[in-house]
Amino acid sequence: MSEFLRDYLLVVLFIGLAGALVFGMLGAGSLIRPTRSQPQKYLTYESGVDPVGSGWSQSNIRYYVFALLFVMFDVEAVFIFPWATRLEAYGTFGLVEMAIFIFILALGLLYAWRKGVLRWI
Amino acid sequence: MSAAFAQPFAPLLAQPLPSAMFALEVPYWVSSAIKLGLVALIIPTAALVLGYVFLLKMMSFMQSRLGPMEAGPYGTLQLLADGIKFLQKEDIFPEKADRTVFALAPLVVLISTFLIYVVIPAGPNAVVAQLDVGIFYALAVSSLSVVGILMAGWASSNKYALVGGLRAAGQLIAYELPLVLAVMGVVIQAGTLDLQKIVTAQAQGEIFGWDGIGNPFILTQFVGFFIFLVAVQAELTQPPFDMPVAESEIVGGYQVEYTGFRFLFFFMGEFGTAFAFAALAAVMFLGGWALPWGDITHWGFNIAGPVILLVKVLAVATLIFWFRFTYPRLREDQLQRLAWKFLIPLALANIVVTGIFKVVF
Repeated sequence: MSEFLRDYLLVVLFIGLAGALVFGMLGAGSLIRPTRSQPQKYLTYESGVDPVGSGWSQSNIRYYVFALLFVMFDVEAVFIFPWATRLEAYGTFGLVEMAIFIFILALGLLYAWRKGVLRWI
Repeated sequence: MSAAFAQPFAPLLAQPLPSAMFALEVPYWVSSAIKLGLVALIIPTAALVLGYVFLLKMMSFMQSRLGPMEAGPYGTLQLLADGIKFLQKEDIFPEKADRTVFALAPLVVLISTFLIYVVIPAGPNAVVAQLDVGIFYALAVSSLSVVGILMAGWASSNKYALVGGLRAAGQLIAYELPLVLAVMGVVIQAGTLDLQKIVTAQAQGEIFGWDGIGNPFILTQFVGFFIFLVAVQAELTQPPFDMPVAESEIVGGYQVEYTGFRFLFFFMGEFGTAFAFAALAAVMFLGGWALPWGDITHWGFNIAGPVILLVKVLAVATLIFWFRFTYPRLREDQLQRLAWKFLIPLALANIVVTGIFKVVF
């Protein structure tokens, strides 16, 4: 196996480690913790009164708009990384290119700003 | 006796120590097992230490009180006692909850925390895996926790949890951008994503030809450091950015239905991530495990490195928690405004200015 794959195998092993920790601790807990079921214990918590309606209620559309904005900007941020590592080789050419890219990116932010999307109502 | 005993080891002892230490071919599985074991120890310990030093003691002293004093000397065992209490708590799944997702959510949060530790270097060889994409990978896996938190908020089938989960998602993704963009300045200066090479670049760097203290990037990237710290604060959902877990209005947000150890996993995730982010800040801005003097490839740094790194991590953590205990909570509109209208434009300007300086000078 190559060094490259070995490094990423460690990443996979760490996922397993987190799983082992979670299930190990819960398993250890299950040996000593009590289980006395009463129907009231399994009610949804709502400040001490009986829950009204469903827990999965409608929510604010704002979150959706911000998530869309995030996806656009995050994808563009990914493009800056490879440029940033190689700036020394590209010199002035790379700098001008990226200045244009960031200008367009900032223009998009400005557009969203002027449209009032960044205002939380 | 000693001569005869030492005979088989003579070739080994004749060599200078560094090559004797690293000439030993450690099988991959053994070294991996050691690394896994060490990190499995480090993360709960880091959560306990940060929790005790900062959450219990520093906050108490800043509020003119003593904090816990009963469990162990000066209350040092308080969090262990809390942990044992959590171990005995009944495991409750709410009737209406989506059981599978509800059970998996803390695991996803904890996986995200564990994966950051893979790339944090603590010495020239003391690193779990030296990935080429280092810092990019760390930022990518750290944002996995959003998924876990959203899962917890949704699966609880609770109005508070849903509001908390959505607030957390909205906040974490908003501050993800300044976090990523603030790092870009460091990447431009070092010319690499690899955290080990970022450390080397700082230790061997020079300021206008003077190499007395190397070139810790905080001197040139102080704007980036500031943005990074603010964004980290928000990523940890700590005050002043604790809208998602605001106790006084949504009773803990996405954590509200969790009991016992499942609740503790969120706590461990938060403080484990706080430690990891402080370590990332120390590595990228304060020079990491290296000192600017002497040969940084020396094997001694594998032992001194973790100590040096720990000192820097605690310094950064002090800053993070100082903010936490000082500022009042921001409203949802205020924190979105801070991210989108202040931090992101500032971070973009920082990238351009850093680029210009890199090319011109």
